[in-house]
Amino acid sequence: MATDITATPVADLPSNAGIGEINKYNFRTETKGVFKARKGIDAEIVHQISDLKDEPDWMREFRQESLRIFESKPMPKWGGDIAIDFQNIYYYLKPTDHQGKTWEDVPQEIKDTFEKLGIPEAERKFLAGVKAQFESEVVYGSLQEDLEKKGVIFTDTDTAVREHSDLLREYFGKIIPPNDNKFAALNSAVWSGGSFIYVPKGVSIEFPLQAYFRINAESMGQFERTLIIVDEGAQIHYVEGCTAPMYSTESLHSAVVEISVRKGGRCRYTTIQNWANNIYNLVTKRAMAYQDATMEWIDGNLGSKLTMKYPAVYMMEPGARGEILSIAFSGQGQHQDAGAKLVHCAPNTTGQIISKSISKDGGRSSYRGLARMEKGAKGAKCNVVCDALILDPASRSDTYPYIEVMEQDVSIGHEASVSRIGEEQLFYLMSRGLSEQEASAMIVNGFIEPLVKELPMEYAVEMNRLIQLQMEGSVG
Amino acid sequence: MTDTLRIEDLHVAVEGKPILKGASLTINRGETHALMGPNGSGKSTLGMATMGHPHYEVTGGHVWLNDVDLLELDADERARSGVFMAFQRPMAIPGVKLADFLRHATTNVRNPDRQEGEELIPMREFRKELKSKMEHLQIDMEFARRYVNDGFSGGEMKRAEILQLAMLQPKFAVLDETDSGLDADAVRLASESIAEIGGDKMGLLIITHHDKLLEHNPPDFTHVMLGGRIVETGGIELAHELHERGYERIREEYPEAAAENREMAEASA
Ligand SMILES: Nc1ncnc2c1ncn2[C@@H]1O[C@H](COP(=O)(O)OP(=O)(O)O)[C@@H](O)[C@H]1O
Ligand SMILES: [Mg+2]
Repeated sequence: MATDITATPVADLPSNAGIGEINKYNFRTETKGVFKARKGIDAEIVHQISDLKDEPDWMREFRQESLRIFESKPMPKWGGDIAIDFQNIYYYLKPTDHQGKTWEDVPQEIKDTFEKLGIPEAERKFLAGVKAQFESEVVYGSLQEDLEKKGVIFTDTDTAVREHSDLLREYFGKIIPPNDNKFAALNSAVWSGGSFIYVPKGVSIEFPLQAYFRINAESMGQFERTLIIVDEGAQIHYVEGCTAPMYSTESLHSAVVEISVRKGGRCRYTTIQNWANNIYNLVTKRAMAYQDATMEWIDGNLGSKLTMKYPAVYMMEPGARGEILSIAFSGQGQHQDAGAKLVHCAPNTTGQIISKSISKDGGRSSYRGLARMEKGAKGAKCNVVCDALILDPASRSDTYPYIEVMEQDVSIGHEASVSRIGEEQLFYLMSRGLSEQEASAMIVNGFIEPLVKELPMEYAVEMNRLIQLQMEGSVG
Repeated sequence: MTDTLRIEDLHVAVEGKPILKGASLTINRGETHALMGPNGSGKSTLGMATMGHPHYEVTGGHVWLNDVDLLELDADERARSGVFMAFQRPMAIPGVKLADFLRHATTNVRNPDRQEGEELIPMREFRKELKSKMEHLQIDMEFARRYVNDGFSGGEMKRAEILQLAMLQPKFAVLDETDSGLDADAVRLASESIAEIGGDKMGLLIITHHDKLLEHNPPDFTHVMLGGRIVETGGIELAHELHERGYERIREEYPEAAAENREMAEASA
């Protein structure tokens, strides 16, 4: 009897903690702002962004070309209903004229915002570096000194354009070209902020690097651009969190994230986002994994009006691995069209997608995924599991699995299940004294537990708390 | 004054189909009652309706716990007032660890007025108690970390039900074939455990087809159910008789109930 019994603290569901924090994310900060471009998008606005950033010509041209692509592409006809008035959005807002290296350097009201969101505290406790973006610009950045000494670069992407231009240009817009889709083009035209990370050969970063993206102003669009390069045998865990307060008008978050993981490298990218219900969250994320490299996406999608996001791993060389874990929670008025893409381009590559969605109060969750085996991907293996949990009759779940196989010698598996929260399960728990609400929260937490347990403790706690807030029907 | 569970002229329908047609029995805390009867006679239905399963629609009668009609309460409130049922087919709750579930359950049942969000019993205290109860039931500690009934063998499920009984310490418990799916040793262990946990502390209603369980928990009363009615009540000797000779005599003596039982069985087949 050496083993001890552990009751996971994160499963201590109905705690007061959650209730007092209903509005934790839903608050607005009064800021002065240094510069706000006028509403709408056109060549002039895009030039203005280049001017303000004092960009090299290649980037200016890249933006203008991307704008043309954006304008020429129709709205996607699949996924969700995108009813955005592109001319009614602010594309660029500079909140402060310089980036802080310490929190003291950050304007008080913005610093207070991130304090409320718990970022400095997390930084002290368990992070190796932080980037905090407020509206269009990164307002704070840090990286542990020893990592800097080892040659790790963790900066905002604007700075990288100036200071690491050769390295950046090798990848920027190459993994996700502007013509990939309408929103990748939009991001390429108006992007601002985001993280640029380079992990040198053999360097393994023990603690996560985190970026936190906060939209604060009404009708503000956020278009950060992230590029991560993991060199041979290097390792990184990158975490992003995103929130915004609730406004009555719709807004847009449209990021592009490009990742390259070289031979034997390992990258884990965790997203825990809890957007307000008025945000369209249309994000393109793609990683290239080379020989024996591993790329993992852990994607927690809560909140937003509509999310369309399908993190992808292209396994380019033998032995590459791609894993995608996706959790989506759709509440009232929300549609999560989330999923994953695995593209096996080389022999003996292995891929796995695990997707879990929860729909409640009329919310709609869709799993949309692609598993593709290119010709020559001999011995490649791919497994897709998607489970949906529907909490009430008003809610909905759909599955759109696409499987494309160009090679004979592969193995591919797909399982999907949809369950309605069982009266039987509810009754079982209630017959042991749990209230209906406790019981359904427990079932939901159990449903996502296989994913949550993959998260570091702190994020597991955060994820459970967010789910609990959703279960209480309060979003913010 | 001792606690009493009084089932009074209970009528229950499932999916609109009448199953229980007026069942009555009274259990005082400290007594052991055996509920016997052929398959499909309504034994589980009696337990389910008492516990408050939403599929079991009560169309008449009462279930009194002292002076409270349990039928007015939700299942969780019934549990908090001291009623328990070990299910014939317990539900799996994937992803929920048995220990976490039990800590919530134990907290709520011990503090019936607990509001959501209030503290759970302290982890340390809970663990200690759980550990000692599991050791006693010869259940491996690893078990507490497994997901509730998920992938459990039939025997494991039954043992988990007994563990819950031990932790929740109800006033009254319905044990629905808690000895089925167990091998001989496990049946003996389960029977002894139930005697120890329940003994004279609880009122037990034991549904069983075997005699081992009753050997260790000799019933003060034996009830025979047929066609949704309790047709006969006797002492321990009735249980012995049914074990030895089956339900032939009962069917002959109560031909109407026997016919109804056949009908029910055919309708559900
Ligand atoms: N959940 C249910 N759905 C449909 N029919 C049921 C259900 N539960 C019980 N019944 C029917 O009720 C009758 C009595 O069943 P039950 O109470 O399980 O009997 P016993 O436990 O004595 O074997 C049977 O005819 C059975 O088919
Ligand atoms: Mg039964």
